[in-house]
Amino acid sequence: MAYSFPVEVLEHIFSFIDSDNDRNAVSLVCKSWYEIERWCRRKIFIGNCYAVTPRIMIRRFPELRSVSLKGKPHFADFNLVPEGWGGYVDPWVLAMGRAYPFLEELRLKRMVVSDEALEMVSKSFKNFKVLVLSSCEGFTTDGLASIAANCRNLRELDLRESDVEDLGGNWLSCFPESCTSLVSLNISCLGSDWSLQSLSALERLVGRSPNLRRLRLNRAVPLDKLANLLRRAPQLVELGTGTFSSELRPDVFSNLSGAFSGCKELKALSGFWDAVPSHLPAVYTICSGLTSLNLSDANIQSSDLVKLISECQNLQRLWVFDYIEDSGLEALAESCKNLQELRVFPSDPYAMEPNVTLTEQGLVAVSEGCPKLESVLYFCRQFTNNALFTIAKNRPNLTRFRLCIIEPRTPDYITLEPLDAGFGAIVQNCKELRRLSLSGLLTDRVFEHIGTHAKKLEMLSIAFAGDSDLGLYHVLSGCKSLRKLEIRDCPFGDKALLANAAKLETMRSLWMSSCLVSFEACKLLGQKMPRLNVEVIDERGPPDSRPESYPVEKLYIYRSVAGPRLDMPAFVWTMDEELALRLS
Amino acid sequence: MSIPLEHDYIGLSEVSSMKNSDNNISTSSTVSSEDENKNEKSNDSVLKTDLRLGLPGSESPERKFESGVSLSGKELEDGNGNNPFGSVKNFVSGAKRGFYEAIDGSGKWVFSGSEVVDSGKGNVLFSPRSGKGSSVNVLEILNGQKSNGSSSNQGKDVSLTPKSAQEKKPQVNEHSSAPAAKAQVVGWPPIRSFRKNSMATNLAKTTDETEGKSGSGCLYVKVSMDGAPYLRKVDLKTYHKYSELSSALEKMFSCFTIGECRSNGIPGGEGLSASRLMDLLHGSEYVLTYEDKDGDWMLVGDVPWEMFTDTCKRIWITKGSEAIGLAPRAMEKCKNRN
Repeated sequence: MAYSFPVEVLEHIFSFIDSDNDRNAVSLVCKSWYEIERWCRRKIFIGNCYAVTPRIMIRRFPELRSVSLKGKPHFADFNLVPEGWGGYVDPWVLAMGRAYPFLEELRLKRMVVSDEALEMVSKSFKNFKVLVLSSCEGFTTDGLASIAANCRNLRELDLRESDVEDLGGNWLSCFPESCTSLVSLNISCLGSDWSLQSLSALERLVGRSPNLRRLRLNRAVPLDKLANLLRRAPQLVELGTGTFSSELRPDVFSNLSGAFSGCKELKALSGFWDAVPSHLPAVYTICSGLTSLNLSDANIQSSDLVKLISECQNLQRLWVFDYIEDSGLEALAESCKNLQELRVFPSDPYAMEPNVTLTEQGLVAVSEGCPKLESVLYFCRQFTNNALFTIAKNRPNLTRFRLCIIEPRTPDYITLEPLDAGFGAIVQNCKELRRLSLSGLLTDRVFEHIGTHAKKLEMLSIAFAGDSDLGLYHVLSGCKSLRKLEIRDCPFGDKALLANAAKLETMRSLWMSSCLVSFEACKLLGQKMPRLNVEVIDERGPPDSRPESYPVEKLYIYRSVAGPRLDMPAFVWTMDEELALRLS
Repeated sequence: MSIPLEHDYIGLSEVSSMKNSDNNISTSSTVSSEDENKNEKSNDSVLKTDLRLGLPGSESPERKFESGVSLSGKELEDGNGNNPFGSVKNFVSGAKRGFYEAIDGSGKWVFSGSEVVDSGKGNVLFSPRSGKGSSVNVLEILNGQKSNGSSSNQGKDVSLTPKSAQEKKPQVNEHSSAPAAKAQVVGWPPIRSFRKNSMATNLAKTTDETEGKSGSGCLYVKVSMDGAPYLRKVDLKTYHKYSELSSALEKMFSCFTIGECRSNGIPGGEGLSASRLMDLLHGSEYVLTYEDKDGDWMLVGDVPWEMFTDTCKRIWITKGSEAIGLAPRAMEKCKNRN
């Protein structure tokens, strides 16, 4: 049958289709659409680098310009994944270097990146523009020097929260004088000890980047340099300050204040290491334009926080330490009616007694006062079911709710009941909830609520909760949209997992550590489900040196078309048919 | 992290998770019926647990899970077998029973509210486990056991009197200058390490208290070893002296066969004397070195432990021959410092 549309027309139409889901849908229509689509796809997101191989990616999509990869499981952020587990980007860079000479963007999260890989990136892709390394590790500033030196058209270099070995700031001098294309530079994770030379290289770089919109500095940049930088970049939209403390001199203050007032487009502020409260008013002139404020590195106490926040009427996102206290959150609820996202971090989580008065009251107040609140991360020491009821009732528009009550298994401190009903109310009322993290004392009942109501939930984090396999069973059988499930220290075992094996193929991944899944069950799962990689992570030695009924230390299951990976360290075993035969 | 930490943590976590399952807090409205069998079995488990918990880094308990589970979910388990860790088995079967029971609509929660009030302030009954300070863990488990109304110690007595349990409680929950830091669980609360490290610096600067109080949680440094394909990370705050660190590293890297990497200092002391160092270098292949804040490579063991944790940025387990060149410099540096 002849096609009415020439291929070029279809291609042109497809070029307007951006979202991955839509693109995937297009490719399923018919074989010719699949073919046309794959040749014109320019951007790909791979949520688990082990779900597919570079070869498969390249074979299907020969003309990519932008690749995003994620490596380690989320719990690696909390040191639950032993070093050396995997997530190496080098094979990807090697393959892409040959296949995608026109690659422009590389975004990596939780991957291990070597200096060699960075050098290869800088030399293989002539038109390379964007490098984002989020929570990555394995490289030094030497790797950054290659990027700076060789990427002529570099627009974005974003090292957010990566663990970089900082050998000093000299790499900044590697940006050629002709490099004027920078739009975004985030080096906030780098060290606090730079030479004057490095600082002036930074100043010059900023000075010759007229398109620079996002600049996040590291701790090494002192306050008196900040004013200079701001004056060179008044077009900034996002700024992360360096260290925010210095001698209290009036001229420093007025210089800084003047510099800030020149940045009329500033929308986001962060940094503020070692902030001295008396310097904070320097930013007041631009506060009314701020939509995002990140004070989670600043040791500022409640009253100073409140003063600052009350200047920011248009705030949409606030990250702050629990120094803000309930009183500060009440003030926030009064001033910032556009607030969408709130994150409250613990200033002293290991203390036996609370060092601040931050309780469930603060969050309740914000839920009442801020009608647009949809994303919450809240660390505190006590909570009640009633508070959760109130929050759920006030904010049915919540999409992300992560509550961390610092002491595991803490019950409702008034009724001493589990928090099942409270979280149940959250999932029942907040119908658009996509992400949920639980804490406090929880029985299987909360999972029953979640399985029944949380139909749009995509990511669920569980710790120290539940009584039996029933809990896990509810989640796996009920949560239709579940993509990522991470569990630690829960009494979930073989039964629920095996009974819902098919569900695991519909999810990106499942992490279970310190639970009760036996090695035998892992083997069985690996054997029966060839499209799942069942990885047993156990630092106690080979699993077959213990009885099969022993629970494994950690378990990471993910769907994959790549088969078992070949770069596993000594403490990781993939359960598959071969292994099962070898071990039996 | 050190392997013993994980060891005990796993062992204890099995127990505690079980305890939690056996002893869920009931709401005031639901009936809290005692499950005699469960309590008895949990007595057994406490007996076994106590004996084991006494020794840090002890072997993980012999456990037998009699269950054979097939993909379809049918149970193949037989009755309660003769397991040393009977209650775990019971728990597992209890779990399975629980699943079916729930389908039938009956739930079983074990204890009443009064025991929970005991722990006060909503404090958790079953505190998070950690490998260090195992005696603390025993107390916490016993504490929890006490609350259950059924407890035992050392496998002989069946019950712990309320008084003695309460005496023990203050030691665990007391907020005093002595045991200031609570036992820490790996990766909990879920805070990113970069945040922890910057919190640590903030707290150090702003706190007026003496070094006795440890508020800052942890200090992760990378550990590399010659010839090892990948690096490790250790939290220096979990150790209190060099011998602890060295044995942890030994265990961690043992799969790459270290020769004799022991850095036992002088008895009761914290450092390696020069003569001891020579003994070590002659006897062993590897030596522990570290990079300090100034970027210099130093021999581990010269300075007091606290100074070491303050200045150590990363650790390198290196072949002895290279470290010999370090020793004179290290001594000099120490002299300059003092």
